[in-house]
Amino acid sequence: MIGASLGAAAYERAPEISRILAGAGPVEDTRRARLSAKADAILTLSGIGISFGGVTALSDVDLEVKSGEIRAVIGPNGAGKSSLINIISGLYHANHGTIAIDGQPFARVPANRLARLGVARTFQNLALFGGLSVRDNIASGRVHTRHTSFVEHIAGLPRARREDAVIAEKTDQIVVFLHLEAVADRLVATLPYGLQKRVELARALVAEPKILLLDEPMAGMTATEKAEMAGFVRAARDRHGVTIILIEHDIGVVMGLSDRVAVLDYGRKIADGTPAEVRADPAVIRAYIGTAEGEASDELL
Amino acid sequence: MAVQALDAERLPIDWQKLALPAVLIAVAYGLIPTYASSYLVEAILLPFLALSLAAVGLNLLTGYCGQLSLGSSAFMAVGAFAAYNFNLRVEALPLVATMILAGISAAGIGILFGLPSLRLRGFYLAVSTLAAQFFVQWALTKFGWFSNDNPSGVISAPHLTVAGFSLDGPTGRYLLSVTMVIVLTGLVWRLVNSAIGRNFIAVRDNETAARVIGVPVLRTKLLAFAISSFIIGVAGVLWAFTYLRTVEPAGFNLDRSFQILFIIIIGGLASIRGAFLGAAFIVVFPLVLSRLGAFAFGGLFDSGVLDMSQRIVLGALIIIFLIAEPNGLSALFDRLKRRIGSRSS
Amino acid sequence: MNYYDFLFAIEVLVGGLLSGVMYSLVAIGFVLIYKTSGVLNFAQGSMVLFAALTFVSLVERGVPFALSLLVTLAVMVALGFTIERTVLRPLVNRSPMTLFMATLGLSYIIEGAAQLIWGTQVHGLDLGIDDTPFEVGGILISSFDLLAAAIAAAMVAGLSAFFYSTRIGLTFRAVADDQFAALAVGLRLPRIWGTVWTTAGFVALVAGLLWGARLGVQFSLSLIVLKALPVLVLGGFDSILGAIVGGLIIGASEKLAEVYLGPFVGGGIEGWFAYALALVVLLVRPSGLFGQKTVERV
Ligand SMILES: Nc1ncnc2c1ncn2[C@@H]1O[C@H](COP(=O)(O)OP(=O)(O)OP(=O)(O)O)[C@@H](O)[C@H]1O
Ligand SMILES: [Mg+2]
Repeated sequence: MIGASLGAAAYERAPEISRILAGAGPVEDTRRARLSAKADAILTLSGIGISFGGVTALSDVDLEVKSGEIRAVIGPNGAGKSSLINIISGLYHANHGTIAIDGQPFARVPANRLARLGVARTFQNLALFGGLSVRDNIASGRVHTRHTSFVEHIAGLPRARREDAVIAEKTDQIVVFLHLEAVADRLVATLPYGLQKRVELARALVAEPKILLLDEPMAGMTATEKAEMAGFVRAARDRHGVTIILIEHDIGVVMGLSDRVAVLDYGRKIADGTPAEVRADPAVIRAYIGTAEGEASDELL
Repeated sequence: MAVQALDAERLPIDWQKLALPAVLIAVAYGLIPTYASSYLVEAILLPFLALSLAAVGLNLLTGYCGQLSLGSSAFMAVGAFAAYNFNLRVEALPLVATMILAGISAAGIGILFGLPSLRLRGFYLAVSTLAAQFFVQWALTKFGWFSNDNPSGVISAPHLTVAGFSLDGPTGRYLLSVTMVIVLTGLVWRLVNSAIGRNFIAVRDNETAARVIGVPVLRTKLLAFAISSFIIGVAGVLWAFTYLRTVEPAGFNLDRSFQILFIIIIGGLASIRGAFLGAAFIVVFPLVLSRLGAFAFGGLFDSGVLDMSQRIVLGALIIIFLIAEPNGLSALFDRLKRRIGSRSS
Repeated sequence: MNYYDFLFAIEVLVGGLLSGVMYSLVAIGFVLIYKTSGVLNFAQGSMVLFAALTFVSLVERGVPFALSLLVTLAVMVALGFTIERTVLRPLVNRSPMTLFMATLGLSYIIEGAAQLIWGTQVHGLDLGIDDTPFEVGGILISSFDLLAAAIAAAMVAGLSAFFYSTRIGLTFRAVADDQFAALAVGLRLPRIWGTVWTTAGFVALVAGLLWGARLGVQFSLSLIVLKALPVLVLGGFDSILGAIVGGLIIGASEKLAEVYLGPFVGGGIEGWFAYALALVVLLVRPSGLFGQKTVERV
């Protein structure tokens, strides 16, 4: 396993190295070929770069995610982690590179079709619908499966009612799965922060996505809440086989939860491998020492 | 299955919820037509009903879907003038059909001016709705066709008949108005409590998240513009045909648009009941103010002073409500009800 | 097109540009407040009315010109601070839409109060500026408009100097850039907002005097807010340069359209033409010509 992923990493770097040697631009063709060659990669980013004004948030980042794995992305503040997830979900448009979701390549992922592509996400800063109840927030995660018009809803026609019933049932299942029964009918804005984070996870899970993007799902939580959340994330993968990309600052959580870890620093990927490999990587240690993440580097060592 | 069981559980609560509307309907069709004076009907109830409906329509767009519009009265004008022309130019068109066609015309214009919402957000959109306000008012004044070549663009209400009954008297106009308002409000109530209504709220509360989970944001916004304009258009017909009887384009000016916006701020954004409470307030408040003013200041309180103090009080109320009770009269009403409830139990 | 038609077109253009400067004058007041507090201040128009009405009423009551100016300025400063205290501070952290609606309410209060205090009649305002047009190369130019433009230009230069070379200006820009960061480093937002509203009050006074001298001081003066909005949309709510260029573009194209397009559609298009123009531009550039194009952070 370790050998395989190491090999993969080396293989991934090869074109980059040859490109640097040749002093040429991105070699898109070979990348494409490589994409299709990897059958078990459900998500592949190649040569992703984006900048805002003068700030380069990401440059030439490659990332490959296998079906069913929990793939962590870590890095100091401002490393570009959220930008990466925003590019995958089509909210930011990369200046360079391509994204392949389930074999389908995009230069820009269409955000409005994201759910139908089988991708769901949570946001670093809560992005719930404050004016809706917990249950309605969760149910909204299945809105992409609706086909009925407003007339059918106003008239209460059977098709609309059936659709509502199916969604309500899925919603109930998720409510039970994430232990949200007690608050299901409350207005979501009245919930404590930790529970709101959980509702956001629920809204993403109810869509039954193939790929789940989690941007710091445990930020600002107590240790117990974190453990609970980690349990939910693992259970979501184990029970539903969903592929997960996880951004998280708590190194302990990351090391315990993920199959592979990519490390970003100043918009570049500086390491990629199993938790054990990444922990031993000198570049990672260097990146973390002397940053605000001091305690994290302690943990790493 | 689980869902139906839930519904059964909720049923008794639903009855309680239906009690108030039932009483209101009994009052609307029983008490008022029999006992209300024609002054009450003509000066208070008819404007109240038309403004309530317009506020329900604006609330759909601004309160529920979060798209601030400053051009509501343009859509009232489109409704009124469209109804006038359908009635004039289509032989023997039933009144209800006229109203629906007028609503559809307003919806069409609403979609047209809602199109910028696909690219614009916030203030940029609000300013673009002003374009509707000025353009419509100009077009209705400039092109004589709209008012059948009346030199000042004035239109007069036709005879109102439904199924052979003449509704030209105050009671008839009241019944027509109240029926339209009840039916349309009922439909809007169903809409906002449906999945579509929740899409509106999702777009309002977090457009980005809504897009990512698959809410068709553009379609949802246009739908909000269309339905809202339809309702406001019909409200315009009621305003022109049942309340004023003769109107000119200048009657649907920016001040009227602001008035409708103020109704939903004072009544409560995203609340259907709020639209009615706000409209009642806006209609009754100038009357109360003028009585109070005359009582306190006598002859000093002339119409100019009344007008100015009305502006000041209204503006102050808007700010006070925004600061102290952002959910408006509707929330105040709830609190009052709870207090009475807790006292009686 | 013969020579005289050409001259006439130029004359229309110049007239339009000059009145565009007057639009910019109002728009700048908006930009100041929008940049530093994120509020689209609909009450800017009524502040213009209030300033002009106060000034002209004082002058009519025999107060000397300079003293009237000073008193009016003091009144506007007081008004700015009161607004900050009673309206903005309680609404801090609320949505921009809420703040906008509050300023809508504010405009009703200010308009009502201005007329309740000073009456509703129309006042003439004579600034002692000669308004005989003079001729340059066959083109008639209004000297009043020219002077107004010069005053506006001086004010813009003054504001820019203030923004870019003083310490207060620096803090203003810091706040405009990032309110939270500004708070974090200990800038005192309320005081800054108070100052900004005062500045906006001053801008309103200048605009009120010039517009009042042109149109007479009356209720409709507050409606110039409706002229400034398309300028803002065109230029971007957060750009002073945008307000100026937007004003020029709208002033010029409005006059040209009125003269060359108006006759075909029955005239009177100045009510909406600016909005239509601004909308077309917006559809191409959703944050205006000079507005910051930002990617929403998520
Ligand atoms: N929408 C945006 N507009 C401008 N700059 C942005 C935007 N989004 C991100 N950036 C910048 O890009 C860089 C990377 O930001 P990003 O949010 O991706 O970092 P991050 O790794 O998620 O950090 P954190 O751990 O703090 O969440 C930062 O310098 C940030 O300021
Ligand atoms: Mg982040």
